[in-house]
Amino acid sequence: MSTEGPHATRLRDGVRAAVPLAPGPVLFGLSFGVLADAAGMSAVAATAMSATTFAGSAQFAAVSVLDAGGTILAAVLAAVFLNARYVALSITVAGIFPGGRLRRLVESQAIVDESWALSGRSGRFEWPILVGAGLFLYLLWVGSTALGTVAGGALDDPDALGLDAAFAVLFLALAAPYLRGRRALQAAVLAGAITLALTPVAPSGVPIVAAASACLLGLRR
Amino acid sequence: MSTWIVVVAVGLATILFKAAGPVFLGKRPLPVRVRGVVDLLAPVMLTALVVTQAVGGDGELSFDARLPGVAAGAVAVWRRAPIVVAMAIAAVVTAAVRIV
Repeated sequence: MSTEGPHATRLRDGVRAAVPLAPGPVLFGLSFGVLADAAGMSAVAATAMSATTFAGSAQFAAVSVLDAGGTILAAVLAAVFLNARYVALSITVAGIFPGGRLRRLVESQAIVDESWALSGRSGRFEWPILVGAGLFLYLLWVGSTALGTVAGGALDDPDALGLDAAFAVLFLALAAPYLRGRRALQAAVLAGAITLALTPVAPSGVPIVAAASACLLGLRR
Repeated sequence: MSTWIVVVAVGLATILFKAAGPVFLGKRPLPVRVRGVVDLLAPVMLTALVVTQAVGGDGELSFDARLPGVAAGAVAVWRRAPIVVAMAIAAVVTAAVRIV
């Protein structure tokens, strides 16, 4: 990195800010590895997904669809729909990335919900906090995913441990903060209803993709 | 092997999404209506996943041991328990019901 000196210390501030959050990516990385294994994804593929996607909820979504017997297309679409919000998120921090396009492309990958939130704590978004925190969380996420695939391989039947119910609650907890808004709540109820209605009649994975249409409620002003 | 298609496709899309602001679009905000739709995608997809993960079956709705676990976990989420605690509660309740 060309910016030694002040930036080097500030990156460290980002790492320090993210330390209290460390249990999150470690535990979720481990569980992602276990679920990916149960869904038939190889250890290398699961770890590669954490290294390239680096967005927990979408990764869980993709393997959840695969685990339920959904198609490749349904798994991809579910994850892509979930991650589209990063377009809006990345625009809010567009101005803080220095350097050329390639460097910005690489460093923008440090954007995850947690690093984004930490970087804006002072009232304006700070590049060293975002990149420092993001890099720290990234290493934990990828490392614990790799470990989780090993644990997953050792488990005979993860569902006997109630992991399927645990992942339903994970999605619920991730959805909860959004549901305080009236419009988001309406859209979520519609999405839930679409999923319930289509599950008995459509192939696995299709109900989730169809439920995405509920976001069109956002077209209303 | 086909899972690699998921890894590559989702990875590429996410890399481009994260780079959208810093590399491609700059600080220009999304049009209001687009923003309205994008903002709803996460709650919509997560809710659909809750439903399939809780009562989805092989081409049918299946109300089984998952349900009491998810209900217990939902109460924990509502009481603002940490996510990992809520997940553990759900897993323990569901596993217990399966044993009985």
